[in-house]
Amino acid sequence: MTDFKTPMARALGLGSAHDGVHHWWSQRMTSAALVPLTILALFPIAGAIGAPREEVLATFADPWNAVVTILFLAVMFKHLHQGLQVVIEDYVHHPGRRIAALTASTFFCGLFGVAGVFAVARIAFGAA
Amino acid sequence: MVEFALPKNSRVMVGKTWPKPEGAKNLRAFKIYRYDPDSGQNPRLDTYWVDMDSCGPMVLDALIKIKNEIDPTLTFRRSCREGICGSCAMNIDGINTLACIYGLDEIEGEVKIYPLPHMPVVKDLVPDLTHFYAQHAAIMPWLETYTTPPEKEWRQSIEDRKKLDGLYECVMCASCSTSCPSYWWNGDRYMGPAALLHAYRWLVDSRDEAKQERLDFLEDPFRLYRCHTIMNCTRTCPKGLNPAKAIAEIKKMMVERVV
Repeated sequence: MTDFKTPMARALGLGSAHDGVHHWWSQRMTSAALVPLTILALFPIAGAIGAPREEVLATFADPWNAVVTILFLAVMFKHLHQGLQVVIEDYVHHPGRRIAALTASTFFCGLFGVAGVFAVARIAFGAA
Repeated sequence: MVEFALPKNSRVMVGKTWPKPEGAKNLRAFKIYRYDPDSGQNPRLDTYWVDMDSCGPMVLDALIKIKNEIDPTLTFRRSCREGICGSCAMNIDGINTLACIYGLDEIEGEVKIYPLPHMPVVKDLVPDLTHFYAQHAAIMPWLETYTTPPEKEWRQSIEDRKKLDGLYECVMCASCSTSCPSYWWNGDRYMGPAALLHAYRWLVDSRDEAKQERLDFLEDPFRLYRCHTIMNCTRTCPKGLNPAKAIAEIKKMMVERVV
């Protein structure tokens, strides 16, 4: 279909969003932070797998373990959310499906991120 | 949406095998993409046999020989035959490059030639680069200044001039942009490595005064940040340039503005 738009009109589109640098920088920062955080969080998490309930509760009641695990979960889900957003923007072009996918990924990361942080905090504050 | 298969009317069919030249002893097979929009038929892959004893060393030599001696309807762009005009960019042996400076001795077996990937095809090996050129024009590929121009010339130090090396040599052949998956999927909004390399060529020019406008223009999730450092651009550039590095430098400039 010919729409008689000029090539320049097509190249310029709706113009610059003046956005993206914070997203890009944040993705780099969270990935750098995840290197030490993943290693540190691995110890309490790996130690808790298969351990009796009392021992697991004691592990995450430890302030250091709780802080490291909460940081790991928060940063990881933030990074996951940003990464998924880029993947969806790359590959999903249908406007409705793109919005739906972005919304679903936000809900997923928000729900599991908050649930994870809440679970660790609950144990750390002795409510479990 | 990402396309996993070509649309039905773009699927490449088996084409015609052209007769071997008589009396030739040193024959080489060329499989070349053919498409004629007027025929209403799908693209096809034709086979040509070229006598290598009377053929020049470059892929373009063989294409011209085929057009002259076997099939005058074979359509392709060419002009300077020495890698400076960028006209004969095509996909040869699986890599985007210039036919005039790509040696036939660099290819093993039969020579497969297609137009630049993921572009609308005008005919045979001629892609429609209208949008690609418009994107280049959009990044303001000229020196932009606000100061009253000096009587003679804008001066530049030798060190600052050196920063343009590896950038000004780009001939806009479109090999890099058409090798980039991000450009394939989002080329309508993503500027692509060629336009971004040119944007950086002016961003890094000490004489240019429009850095703010240039960076504002590019700060966009699609125009700039669709680049995921895949590096196909740098690997394919027939001039040995590094568009991926130029894009990384633009991203660094963006961060410099906010951090």
